[in-house]
Amino acid sequence: MIANLSLILLCQLAGEIFVRGLGLLIPGPVIGLVLLFLALIARDHLPVLARGPLAKDGVEGTAKGMLQHLSLLFVPAGVGVVQQLNLIQQHGIAIFIILALSAFVTLAVTVSVFILANRVVSKRRRTP
Amino acid sequence: MNPVATAATTAAHPFSLWVYLSQTPLLWLTMTLLVYAMTDAVSRATGRNPIANPVLHSIWIIGAFLYVTGTSYTTYFGGAQFVHFLLGPATVALAVPLYDNRRLVVMSIVPMLFALVVGCVTAIVSVILLAEAAGLPRDIVLSLAPKSVTAGVAMGISQTLGANPAITAVATVLTGVMGAIMVTPLINRMGITDFRARGFAAGLASHGLGTARAFEVDEVTGAFAGIAMGLNALVTSLFVPLAAALLLR
Repeated sequence: MIANLSLILLCQLAGEIFVRGLGLLIPGPVIGLVLLFLALIARDHLPVLARGPLAKDGVEGTAKGMLQHLSLLFVPAGVGVVQQLNLIQQHGIAIFIILALSAFVTLAVTVSVFILANRVVSKRRRTP
Repeated sequence: MNPVATAATTAAHPFSLWVYLSQTPLLWLTMTLLVYAMTDAVSRATGRNPIANPVLHSIWIIGAFLYVTGTSYTTYFGGAQFVHFLLGPATVALAVPLYDNRRLVVMSIVPMLFALVVGCVTAIVSVILLAEAAGLPRDIVLSLAPKSVTAGVAMGISQTLGANPAITAVATVLTGVMGAIMVTPLINRMGITDFRARGFAAGLASHGLGTARAFEVDEVTGAFAGIAMGLNALVTSLFVPLAAALLLR
């Protein structure tokens, strides 16, 4: 558990160092994600790495446990934002409706395009 | 203050116990976890009904409690920061579902790219046109434009456009919560069962909150939501300035 968490933090730390060192605009944890992904791939090719947090049921279990409760992690920031609702007081209802409509349209369009493009691709694969 | 004296006075006056506890991280961390545990239990008991969204209900319950007790956000965050900190490690953790589903992801590259470009344009153009039609002031229109991407990136875009990042943060959280609530009933009604498409739409339209919702439902859905969230952050930061220049003259 501690070793698994350490590996995740280590990836994030390396990501932060990389991003700050090169002055990039990408968030450090995103590079950390890439590093952990590469570590998992490397483990599949080099059995010698398959120990500690990279062994079976190591970091993977911890990561999945964390992602199951991803919702919790947005609560502190969400509470802060709710206290700023007065910023949009003047146009509150209009903004609320606009955001709802936009989210609705975006969801519907994105899912439809995905399905359509997928259909075209799989048809082509079947009839080469 | 002398700790022995503090202990003596808190024992004597229940109110001074509150004064003491309300300044410690312990109370606010406990409250954050407890309220989430309860709202999450309700969400599970209703079979993950979207209306029982644990983030939405945790936010208003804690927000109301802070308001009633006159507690500042800074004091609350003293405890809640330990939870907030985990957002970074959780981003790193997204590598695991991505790794588990890597073949499916590679196979889905083409539909993902189309959905990414069209979805990203839809998210930005729809909100700009609607806000213009409603006659909102220009700075608010610009502040709303990047609302579909994760708050940190959205606020950065807002800042470079000279808009109001605080309003962007509010719009981002509202979009996240509303998208997370809408996604399941909407896509069910459309008769779409492909977990990849469902997750991708959730992450693209409503960033981390959509991704969190997706992980509550299924791991494949969550993996695709995470990818969509990341890619959309990238494309949106390129496209919002362009859309603003083209649509707002």
